[in-house]
Amino acid sequence: MDWHYFKRRLMNQVGQALALMATLFTLFWLVWLLTTLISQGWQALDLSMFVKDTPAPGAEGGMRNAIVGSLMMCLAGVAIGAPVGVLAATWLAEYGRGTWLASAIRFVNDILLSTPSIIIGIFIYGLVVVNTGGFSGWAGALALAMIILPVVVRTSEDMMLLVPDQMREAAAALGAQRWRLIIDVVYRAARRGMVTGILLGFARISGETAPLLFTALNNQFLSTDMGNVMANLPMMIFQYAMSPYSNWQELAWAGALLITLTILAINLVLRLFWREPKKGH
Amino acid sequence: MSKVLISSIKEAVGVPRRFGDIVFKQLTMVCAVFVLLLIVAMGWQLTQSAMPAVKLFGFDFLSAKSWDPVMGEFGAAPSLWGTLISSFLALLIAVPVSLGVAIFLTQIAPSFLRRPISLAVELLAAIPSIIYGFWGLFILSPWLSNNVQPWLTDNLGDWPIIGILFQGPPMGIGLFSAGLVLSIMVIPFMASILTDLFETVPTQLKEASYGLGSTRWEMITQVVLPFAKVGIVGSFMLGLGRALGETMAVTFVIGNAHRISPSLFEPSTTIASTLANEFAEASGELYISSLLYLGMVLFLLTFVVLILARLLLWRITYQAKGRTK
Amino acid sequence: MKIKNVILAGILGAGIQFQAAAEQINGAGSSFIYPIFSQWASTYYQNTNEKINYQSIGSGGGIRQIIQGTVDFAATDAPLTQDELSENTLLQYPLIMGGVIPTHNIPGIKANELRLDGETLAQIFSGKISHWNDPKIQQLNPDLKIPKKAITIVHRADGSGSTWMFTNYLSKVSKDWADTIGSDKSVNWPKGVGAKGNEGVANYIKRIEGSIGYIELAYVLHNNMSSVSLKNKEGNYVAPTLDSLKAAAASADWDGTPGMAVILTDQPGAESWPITGATFVLMPEPVDSANNQKLQKFLTWSWRDGADKAAELAYVPLPISLVKKIEANWQKK
Repeated sequence: MDWHYFKRRLMNQVGQALALMATLFTLFWLVWLLTTLISQGWQALDLSMFVKDTPAPGAEGGMRNAIVGSLMMCLAGVAIGAPVGVLAATWLAEYGRGTWLASAIRFVNDILLSTPSIIIGIFIYGLVVVNTGGFSGWAGALALAMIILPVVVRTSEDMMLLVPDQMREAAAALGAQRWRLIIDVVYRAARRGMVTGILLGFARISGETAPLLFTALNNQFLSTDMGNVMANLPMMIFQYAMSPYSNWQELAWAGALLITLTILAINLVLRLFWREPKKGH
Repeated sequence: MSKVLISSIKEAVGVPRRFGDIVFKQLTMVCAVFVLLLIVAMGWQLTQSAMPAVKLFGFDFLSAKSWDPVMGEFGAAPSLWGTLISSFLALLIAVPVSLGVAIFLTQIAPSFLRRPISLAVELLAAIPSIIYGFWGLFILSPWLSNNVQPWLTDNLGDWPIIGILFQGPPMGIGLFSAGLVLSIMVIPFMASILTDLFETVPTQLKEASYGLGSTRWEMITQVVLPFAKVGIVGSFMLGLGRALGETMAVTFVIGNAHRISPSLFEPSTTIASTLANEFAEASGELYISSLLYLGMVLFLLTFVVLILARLLLWRITYQAKGRTK
Repeated sequence: MKIKNVILAGILGAGIQFQAAAEQINGAGSSFIYPIFSQWASTYYQNTNEKINYQSIGSGGGIRQIIQGTVDFAATDAPLTQDELSENTLLQYPLIMGGVIPTHNIPGIKANELRLDGETLAQIFSGKISHWNDPKIQQLNPDLKIPKKAITIVHRADGSGSTWMFTNYLSKVSKDWADTIGSDKSVNWPKGVGAKGNEGVANYIKRIEGSIGYIELAYVLHNNMSSVSLKNKEGNYVAPTLDSLKAAAASADWDGTPGMAVILTDQPGAESWPITGATFVLMPEPVDSANNQKLQKFLTWSWRDGADKAAELAYVPLPISLVKKIEANWQKK
């Protein structure tokens, strides 16, 4: 066995072993985090969580108001941010390719991506809360939309760029209009990655505390009025986990577990019911 | 449904065939420009609110080390230092690990393992940052201070040059913990994007590589990675962006001390965590505007980092072109 | 302003309607009073169906919001001066009282065994005393066997009313502290490690042997922490209890202080705990606006019917004489 061949085989083994180790390293943290979450939050997570509102210290209660508020604001945030993000990415990937404007937008999008969420909260506060005279669920939803927007732009554009140009050319040769081509061919091909991007974004905004502090505030009571202050899970988790009262601390962990389980459920459902057809290469 | 609807509308109104195209193009362009306007508006508002501090401190703000709300002296150097070092540490761990995870998932793992593991990775990315914060404070940092840090101090603390990094009290909070927590947050984020990327590598290319007698590792390094390199750098930028601006998780474990010290075990602070820790209670125009000036500095820092990344990217693309053609 | 308005118009143009705040009253500010306030608000809602929503965003945040008019009332740990009140047409009343407690983790020394005076405490927190067996500490505790251990300072990482109260006290009792560090919600700590929130500080004290930090009374009681006995203005060593906190409030001169802005640290009184303070509620003028009347009704109920609950959660309720004074003030105006 000559040395060169041996080296190549060794590299092959070592490289693959390193990749395996990286995966185990990542899973190690996940298992640890989940064990913590479950051991701290599982007991408090029962049906009363969903039918009772946040209690006084030491009293019985749930987090119905926070769940409702978080759900409404996150969905509104995705509903505003994701379409804008996908459309913006479409322009960048399809129409604006190679123009200076596209480079500029791509560039500022990356800046928006790393802007601390608290600065986005302060921005929406100055823009919406001060001008409309009060905190509101809408202000919270806008702040969340601004956080999800750059994530969607970035991932969607990357995915669309990976769709081979031959596919576009083929569709164009068949006489498809460009916008139909984009929707039917490009979106379809890039769908999985785009959905991953939106999900990552959703996961990120579902746990954001800082931008809600100065936009939606929080509400001790149940309210579905997006025009008024709105309860939400991250603020509840934050306030309760840092309190000295054990029933509040349990609620905080239960809330944290609930957010994580929800994301897990969304992921599972998407994967099970929306399986990608096998690539027919 | 929409197909039928649109074509029937078109017939009824008699619009030219290109109408849909023009509307769609304009719509996407408006959305793209909106992103630009959003940043301009945000930068403008931030600058406006930071003005009092900008006028008073000028560029000295960047190098000033003091952060004393009582005396009204504010400087960005410690926060800047903490931001850079913690993000650097995070990427130092996260870049190889996330690449490894994505390679394992797409190229190595047997197919029955791929689904559950990639689900697990995405789940890790989905855990809200505030939960990383609590976990970091209540669980991880005691463990680090009892097990990992003393070991590092004993074994690496006496080494020349790098030894100083691992000296200091093993309290479990500080730059080291912040970098570690950040990397744990960034790994799944980057890994799930990389996984999607690697899956798009055409099978023909991979088969061609095997056909030429490559080992699997050679196929990965010579076909998969070069094919996806632009996207790879893009995902690192996403990760770096998240690390630079991450607020809640870092806030809990970094200790918020406005001091610059060489040891990774000493408490430090980042721009985002300073904002999160102090903005709510800040009083007085100068204090608030100094905090927003810090926010502006982070804006500019991101700007510089991104430009550097662009240059790197251009170099890679240029070199690759030179080699293949 | 122009860009802002254009964007705003664009966002609002999409048919989103912002409704004005309806029947609910919203307040924000000090995180110290958050637990008791949510206790009161929840019982009050059950009794009267009135929603009084209060959120902890920090005293500074609360003050900024009430000045901007985005909330109906605010609460702050550090009182505003009469000038600040008039400038922003705000009214200020004490709401409830509490204390900050230096808490340590020295092996073998139990709660309230360790005696300290203000000057020594200041020297510990400024790093001038670095070991527990320092002669200055030993001198105050002749009967105590103090181990030779390095002192680790744990302070708040976030800006906080507790830090303000604690450093306000240290500035009063130590000229050196006042000159070099001073008093605010965040200060430039020369030494130590910062932890987020009371819970964070308590956590670190428990974990690090030889540490000392400062937390609110409720956290001392709920976490079974070792507090210290402090020497007060009259020279007595007192332990932190609800009674010693109450004693500090007893001698306060509420009438003679403009805006009722009494700072209760280092008060006279044989039994007074020296690091005591009140949290204040801020409401916009005029005093008899519809929202203010609702809030006043709630406060009156809380002070009278909610006092027991307050004590249960380790807060010091306002003395009834003071409640009567404030109520008379509301009637008069």
